[in-house]
Formats: sequence, structure tokens, C-alpha cells
Amino acid sequence: MTAKKVCGLLTAGVFIGVINGFFGGGGGMICVPALLLLGLSNKQAQATAILIMLPISIASAIVYYTNGFVDWNTVLYVALGSVVGGVLGAYLLKNLSNNVLQYIFAFVVMAAGIRMLF
Amino acid sequence: MIPWYFLILGGLAGGLVGGMGMGGGTLLIPILTMFMGIEQHLAQAINLLVFIPTGIIAVIIHAKNKLIDYKVFGVIIIPAIATAVGAALLVGQLKSETLRLIFAIFLILISLFELFQAIRTSVNNKKKITKPILKHNLYPPRNRDF
Repeated sequence: MTAKKVCGLLTAGVFIGVINGFFGGGGGMICVPALLLLGLSNKQAQATAILIMLPISIASAIVYYTNGFVDWNTVLYVALGSVVGGVLGAYLLKNLSNNVLQYIFAFVVMAAGIRMLF
Repeated sequence: MIPWYFLILGGLAGGLVGGMGMGGGTLLIPILTMFMGIEQHLAQAINLLVFIPTGIIAVIIHAKNKLIDYKVFGVIIIPAIATAVGAALLVGQLKSETLRLIFAIFLILISLFELFQAIRTSVNNKKKITKPILKHNLYPPRNRDF
């Protein structure tokens, strides 16, 4: 690994950590493009990003928990839906080849952002 | 008290998007705050915790398929954990309204970035499709102008 790549990874790590700790998510959306820029293949970047997000999420979650921001009852139900949704999503992805979803996602997130501003 | 099936549906929507590799949390947090009235800090904590079981399953599958670059992981994780803990501590000091406002701006920025990526993918796809048509000269020259 070259010194340039190590510097790039360390810088990316700083940003990913700040984003994920501060917003409780979204780190993966920064991590994947960063890893692609640093020369990983598409599949490698996606897979490695999940492993990176895992300890970061655990560490951040511990801090949120100690600050009293965790309601286990709600977490349980949302997690149940999320695991089922995750499997369904991964299955659906195999059968979708266009990027229409990418556009829909961008507009939905934008609408949510604007709505939350006011 | 929010009905349990509402919470499961919200999780399902977030998980579905996440499973497609498009940032499920970015969508789950606004679903929880806007539609269910869950406080911003709590919603963010839910997202962090909910990711853990799905993440573990995904990592096991990817590790079996030898898709994980452990060297990259080893370097990036050190600053990432340190800054994540720092940022999470800072968030604890912020008021809900302030955090919600900053999160809204973050969402808009993310959406613009995603839109840019989507347009780039579209342009690349178009190039791939139009090239062979031009090569084989499927259309007579007089029809090309419109």
C-alpha cells in the first residue's frame, strides 16, 4: 500500500466517522465512493464499506445509549422490518438493471430534506 | 405510542432501500421522524442499532465470497472510530431542533450527490447503447437530423 493511499484512507476515515457519528447513518454513502476512488472494484467497495460501517455504528450506538437516546422497544420492531426489507431489497436488486431507482431515491431524499427544513 | 406494525413498515422501507445498496438509513431516519414523530436523536440511534444485525449477515456473506479488503479496513477504521465517537458525543449536546435542521441540510446535499451520480450513470449507459447503432449505420442519413 502506497503512502498516498494510506493518507487517502485516513482522510476518508475521518469524514466517514464524523458523518456516521453525527447523523447516525449515511457513512456508507460517503464510504463506497471513497473506496472506489482509492481503486477498489465496485463489489469490493460495497462489501468493505459494510465491514467498516459495522464497528463505527456499534461505537456510535454505545455513545447514543449512554446519553439515553435508545428506546429498545422501538428498535426491536424497526429492526425486524429492516432485516426482512434488507433481504427483499438484495433479492430485488438482482432483477433491476436500470438506474430509475437511483433517480427516485435522490428525489425522495431531497423532498424529505426540504420538508425537514421547515 | 406508535403502533408496532407502523414501526415494522418503516423498518421494511429502510431495509428495502438499504438492501439495494442505496443508503437505507438516509431514508429510515426521516421516515421515523416525519411520519412517526420520533425525536431526532432517538431516530438516529435506532438507525445505528438496526444496521448491526443486517450488517453482520452481509459481512459474513461478503467474507465468504472473498470480497472484503481487510488492509483497507485496517487503515480506515482507526480514524473513523475515533471521529465517530467524538461526533456522537457532540450530538448529545445538541438540541433536537438544531440537529434536525443540520440533518435536513445533510439530506439535501446527499440527494444532490445521488442525482449527479444517477445522471452520470444515465450518460454512460446512453453511450453504450448508441455506439453500436451508429457503427452499423441502421438509419439512413436523411432521418438523422431530427
